[in-house]
Amino acid sequence: MKIDMGSARFRVIRDADRCINCRICVRQCGFGAQKYDSELDAVDTEDRLCVACHRCTSLCPTAALSIEERPLAYRRSGSWSADHIEFIGRQAETGGVLLSGMGNDRSLPVYWDHLLLNASQVTNPSIDPLREPMELRTYLGRKPERLEVQTQPDGTIRLAKQLYPAVQLEVPIMFSAMSYGSISYGVCESLARAAAQVGTLYNTGEGGLHQNLRRYGANTIVQVASGRFGVDRDYLASGAVIEIKIGQGAKPGIGGHLPGEKVSQAISRTRMIPVGTDALSPAPHHDIYSIEDLRQLIFAVKEATEYTKPVSAKIAAVHNVAAIASGIARAGADIIAIDGFRGGTGAAPTMIRNNVGIPIELALAAADQRLRDEGIREQVSLVASGGFRCSADLVKAVALGADAIYIGTAALVAIGCHLCQKCFTGKCSWGIATQDPNLAKRVDPEIGAERLVNLLTAWSHEMREMLGGMGINSIESLRGNRLHLRAVGLSEKECQILGVKCAGEAM
Amino acid sequence: MKDKVKVNGSELDAHGLHYSELNRQILRLLRKGQQSMTLRGVNGQRYIGAGIQAKAQLAVHGTPGNDLAAFADGLQITVYGNGQDAVANTMNKGKLVIHGSVGDLLGYSLRGGSVLIKGSAGYRAGVHMKQYVDQKPLLVIGGTAGDFLGEYMAGGDLVVLGLGCTADHPVVEDNIAPGMHGGRIILPEPVPEYSLGREVHVYELTNEDLAFLRQTTLMYSQTFGASAQHILQRRFVKVAPKGARPYQAMYA
Repeated sequence: MKIDMGSARFRVIRDADRCINCRICVRQCGFGAQKYDSELDAVDTEDRLCVACHRCTSLCPTAALSIEERPLAYRRSGSWSADHIEFIGRQAETGGVLLSGMGNDRSLPVYWDHLLLNASQVTNPSIDPLREPMELRTYLGRKPERLEVQTQPDGTIRLAKQLYPAVQLEVPIMFSAMSYGSISYGVCESLARAAAQVGTLYNTGEGGLHQNLRRYGANTIVQVASGRFGVDRDYLASGAVIEIKIGQGAKPGIGGHLPGEKVSQAISRTRMIPVGTDALSPAPHHDIYSIEDLRQLIFAVKEATEYTKPVSAKIAAVHNVAAIASGIARAGADIIAIDGFRGGTGAAPTMIRNNVGIPIELALAAADQRLRDEGIREQVSLVASGGFRCSADLVKAVALGADAIYIGTAALVAIGCHLCQKCFTGKCSWGIATQDPNLAKRVDPEIGAERLVNLLTAWSHEMREMLGGMGINSIESLRGNRLHLRAVGLSEKECQILGVKCAGEAM
Repeated sequence: MKDKVKVNGSELDAHGLHYSELNRQILRLLRKGQQSMTLRGVNGQRYIGAGIQAKAQLAVHGTPGNDLAAFADGLQITVYGNGQDAVANTMNKGKLVIHGSVGDLLGYSLRGGSVLIKGSAGYRAGVHMKQYVDQKPLLVIGGTAGDFLGEYMAGGDLVVLGLGCTADHPVVEDNIAPGMHGGRIILPEPVPEYSLGREVHVYELTNEDLAFLRQTTLMYSQTFGASAQHILQRRFVKVAPKGARPYQAMYA
């Protein structure tokens, strides 16, 4: 007897008075939940297949559709959730590892929601960013300990020592690593175009760089991961920054497999592997078993690019993150990207995604403090990522010590993602996490880029307002300025790690 | 450390030079149009030829350090000595000949070109080797290889000739090609079942494999002065993946 323990999670409600039987929902659903019965000449939904991605509700011309959670009356238990029961059902059926897409969805504390920003009142004036200069521009890369200048015979002043290579960001927001393969080409081009328009960077992830996107090189971070997909001399030369990927917040300590069915002709070309083979990115780089080995790879790419670009190392936020960050700085990285446990992914084993790693807020604060304590903070820029949802999260991260923030999930949401967490199926109705040409063409790079530019423009306005309110006229002046943060509802220990005072405590 | 580099025509005296300075001099000569050069007194300098896109010839005397020819794209390098770790790391094109043995991680993610090692290699030789259309790397090890030979190998040709192997030094140690999903490894018998990764099988050589092995052996013997006939007296087999999708059935 076959036992099916998976029940429908959602129910699609179709308003019969409004439905005009146009079948748009049938064509739009990537998961095959909407069906047309030609005998009855009617459209119906197979609820079991619905993932609540909202493609049908968004495109239904008569607003006839809505989606609700289907009541699932398991006997109430404080220990066994519906997920636990259904996970076991699926595993008893298949013997396989559970997969999830996007970031950790468990209701663990979001520290951003326990941190509040300061504002000026009476004793120092706030600044109106609409009328006064307000700078969001920042630079990533190693900074000199101090500036040494020489006065020339003609009286002009010159730098005595060349500065380290740096990249200029017009806004401290970048698009995080998402590979061509995990996302569709249209999304890659949207990210590249938007980064170029705004004056920031997007990140290729570990999937190589599509030929068409090489022209956005000045706005590209090229990633070097353990599988070395698409990595050659030209690839390294194409980017403005080279990022060595050690880990990812959604799956610290493990690697990734791009399944062979997603390795199409174009992806095979970009990754430089045969069509249809699994693209395996194991957890370790086999040339990195220590900080010294990381240093070897950092300097290999620096030598290969003649020290013209900053090199970043991306790690997942794990328990010992502060000491690791210190090691990475000493290994010669110019940028350290730390990805918190809410960071998104195209596919991660559910158990890893839900249980491994620590929040970015604590990791960032601990790493920033450690680098300051050791007097090496200026040697690296810190980039924070992993579940940033709005401009206020970003401002708080800068106050905790971040030089810039990577957004991944938020960028995809701007392009249409509704966080259904089914990226790994390749059936994405929004054309984002898919290589099916019929679905992928739904992302028009022009529209995608415009929406991303709009998002960054809006967030920039909001960040300027928050900065102005604090009486600060430059993002650089907020960096690591934790006096502008106050905690609510946190323990003394949490406040201590975050380096913030409790709300109500004076300056 | 010396502060002045000795450059004599196309000869570079690497003795006492930091790798960064040595590599800068190599680039300077290349950009002046030098098509061949000789490095003498090399003693552990890393990254020689790293990321260089040129067809020039480089003769290296001494012992180059880790990451020799990393990301290199077209260089023809001959080393008269041993190599260290991560030789030809992510090399894209060109030819690398080593008249000696090398350390661990030979040809990590080798993407194209050919690498010939006269002697033996350490652990994880050929890990992540790839191929794409006409870009197909060749990695030849004259002696023996350590554990995890061809791990995660996705493409290309890896040949181990097993010269000088003994009971204490088998042709290849344990864990041959775990995670391999493309390309082929050719090596002499015996290849015991227990030493194989789970994703591969041992196959008899096809006619095409045999012709390829003969050609490769000939190239080896011409390069290093060995006897092809002697090498081919042994029986060779092929280690190849069971499929291109090793972890297809892993997920629920």
